[in-house]
Amino acid sequence: MDHFPTNWGRPRNDAYDAYGTFPLPHRPNNDTKDAFASGVQRTQQPIVTGTSVLALKYKDGIMMAADNLASYGSLARFKDVQRLHPVGKYTVIGAGGDISDFQYIQKFLEELIIEEFTSQDGHDLGPAEIHEYLSQVMYARRSKLNPLWNSLLVGGFKDGKSFLAYVDLLGTTYSASTLATGFGAYLAQPILRKEVEGKETELTEDEAIRIMETCIRVLYYRDARSIDKYQLATITADGVKISDSRHISTSWSFAEGIRGYGAQTQ
Amino acid sequence: MTSIGTGYDLSASTYSPDGRIFQVEYATKAVENSGTAIGVKVNDGIVLAVEKLIHSKLLVPEANRRIQTIDRHIGLATAGLLADGRNITTRARDEAVNYREAYNAPTPLKILADRLGLYVQAYTLYSSVRPFGISTILGAVDKDGPSLYVVEPSGVFFGYNGAAVGKGRQLAKTELEKLKLSELTTREAVYEAARIIYLVHEDAKEKEFELELSWIGKETDGVHLPVPKDLHRDAEAKAKAALETFE
Repeated sequence: MDHFPTNWGRPRNDAYDAYGTFPLPHRPNNDTKDAFASGVQRTQQPIVTGTSVLALKYKDGIMMAADNLASYGSLARFKDVQRLHPVGKYTVIGAGGDISDFQYIQKFLEELIIEEFTSQDGHDLGPAEIHEYLSQVMYARRSKLNPLWNSLLVGGFKDGKSFLAYVDLLGTTYSASTLATGFGAYLAQPILRKEVEGKETELTEDEAIRIMETCIRVLYYRDARSIDKYQLATITADGVKISDSRHISTSWSFAEGIRGYGAQTQ
Repeated sequence: MTSIGTGYDLSASTYSPDGRIFQVEYATKAVENSGTAIGVKVNDGIVLAVEKLIHSKLLVPEANRRIQTIDRHIGLATAGLLADGRNITTRARDEAVNYREAYNAPTPLKILADRLGLYVQAYTLYSSVRPFGISTILGAVDKDGPSLYVVEPSGVFFGYNGAAVGKGRQLAKTELEKLKLSELTTREAVYEAARIIYLVHEDAKEKEFELELSWIGKETDGVHLPVPKDLHRDAEAKAKAALETFE
């Protein structure tokens, strides 16, 4: 029996030991009794992050775009990171948010694909299955208060049908003919909707590339966590293609006339 | 069988006075009752072939596969008890996944064979289990090129250029020895493998059988796949034709 009343529990009111005279180290400790619990850490914030991912439906399938930057806070830390990743034969996933979590996602999806391949049952996973799987994983992780800190786009083309959907760290999902994550949801999505909606079956690959370039350019101008190097992915009946890194042209001549922008002459 | 009645063959955990483990030898006998399985290693790939004996005409064609895929680049063929083959397959897949998780790279076949060897050997140590009644042929194209291993019921494993296990292994081995393995392409090896399986089957005058063929090579991009239907049919036709002219 512990005979020190202060150890029986936290004092209910100031009437008891109002001035906190009981030595601090001897105060009752109501922490969990599990010695290791305090060592458990969950993801509280993303560390190395990617910004927007864009995707649209066009005549031949799905086109996706993401730049090659992984930021460390506001520092442009890694400038050659691929944020579009093929999964199986029919699907590409693109990720914004924590890059290490994205690498973990790539790893477990690779394992999933191999497991399906080795069963040799004549079935393979398409974009719809991969998106469903991802959404279940993301929701399960957020329910453990330990989310994978990403917003992901899943694009694919299988059996003559294109598929495009979103899933994020909360397990939220939705689908549309144009999708954008991160800053792109504000800056690029209006452009994408205007250019694509109602024309999904007519847009050619060249037109789709032009639309993507426009959006990437706008994002590079206005999103401080973006870079002018990006990649395009197409998923069509011919399979998955992810381009080499491309460069977006920009013009900064307008800055000449802005006072307070560059070196001042007066 | 001199071992019977001596009491030394009742458990895998008991040696005979001359240092043998009869349960392991019986397991080897179980392998010898099974349809032949062969593996061929050539310069740019691997071919696995199995003589799958059909015990009932009512079976669905292509049921009860004896060639399995372990990882993208690894194939496995067994001779012996079918269910033991399934168990070893599951274990091999687990080991391959385990290696991939730890090292983020495809499993080298040597390491997989080593781990499977340890697993099989553990079943020769205890009175509560029976040793595996299978010989396992493992084939892969990994970072060091094609490789081929056989894991025996005792847990030992060896690397081979050409491997044969099961009922017709003797004849199959002599046929494999005649081949110039270093000069064959994987595609040519498919024809040779099919021919050898048909040959050893004919020799034993067994009941019906189904030919299982798989390959890993340049043409499959280093992936373990069943041999395509048309090539399979062609190889079978050529194998049957070769039987007529043999000897």
